[in-house]
Amino acid sequence: MPLWEVFIRPRNGLAHKHAGSIHAADAAMALQAARDVYTRRGEGLSIWVVPSAAITASDPADKEMMFEPTASKIYRHPTFYKVPDDVGNM
Amino acid sequence: MTALPLLDYTLRLADNALILGHRLSEWVGHAPVLEEELALGNMALDLIGEARVLYAYAGNVEGKGRDEDALAYLRDVPEFRNTLLVEQPNGDFALTIVRQLLYAAFSCPFWRELSASRDATLAAIAAKAAKEAAYHLRHSAEWLIRLGDGTAESHRRAQTALDQLWPYSGELFEVDPIEETLVARGIAVDPRSLRCEWDHTVDGCLAQATLDRPTDRWMQTGGRLGRHSEHLGHVLATMQFLQRAYPGATW
Repeated sequence: MPLWEVFIRPRNGLAHKHAGSIHAADAAMALQAARDVYTRRGEGLSIWVVPSAAITASDPADKEMMFEPTASKIYRHPTFYKVPDDVGNM
Repeated sequence: MTALPLLDYTLRLADNALILGHRLSEWVGHAPVLEEELALGNMALDLIGEARVLYAYAGNVEGKGRDEDALAYLRDVPEFRNTLLVEQPNGDFALTIVRQLLYAAFSCPFWRELSASRDATLAAIAAKAAKEAAYHLRHSAEWLIRLGDGTAESHRRAQTALDQLWPYSGELFEVDPIEETLVARGIAVDPRSLRCEWDHTVDGCLAQATLDRPTDRWMQTGGRLGRHSEHLGHVLATMQFLQRAYPGATW
């Protein structure tokens, strides 16, 4: 049986997050299985199921090329600004 | 039959939910795949949850101090009021799914209509159960369509299960003086009024599943009066053993 990835959105305004995977024969059954396996404790208001084969993933061997160059660019983080007192909590 | 139609009626609803819930729970640890293990367990928990609140209410109506445990664990076979359909053994996966479809196609509109009952407690229980039954119907219908329209073997098993369980479907629509009294008072649902919708639901599913609807011949009856198949005794022996052997046991 094909493998499906399950994404669940816990509440309005949040994004769907990956919850896990399930086996199912087709999309309708995958949605049911996702509901039965991953929303038993009130985890979700919305479910996406995606065929695992449809996901293109980065190669772990490429991680130096892909991700390390960003480590030296701390100016991309918004940490060099002074927040005026009047703004309060951000 | 007791002098309290509301007690009899509530016990029938509770017993249906408990026995079918127990049957489904028997799949836990034995289901064909993890996904269905959880699906069947979830439905079992829905049904046992319905049974608990119905027993609690029945105990109140009776007013003799029996709680949900006393009603579930300390009554014997002739005192149970469930339909014969729900006590039938799980068989193979097809039989469990057909049993669930025949029951859910009934319970789904039943709870929806009972949520308009003049009895506020039954109405509240029904409103919650209606949502659970709607999913049970969706789950079993989707499976039956795939079993019937699947392989030659799954089709054969689904048709065999349907032929085997069909004679138990008639009891769902029976009406006796207990119901008539409560229907007249706006408390109970007349199951005959659900027949048309049940036919429509079941026929639609069977058509998609390429299964043949069995002809309505002689129908099994008696469960609601306490005359059960031999299977219920085995269910109760398993379910009640602990409370019978160690009365009042807690942990």
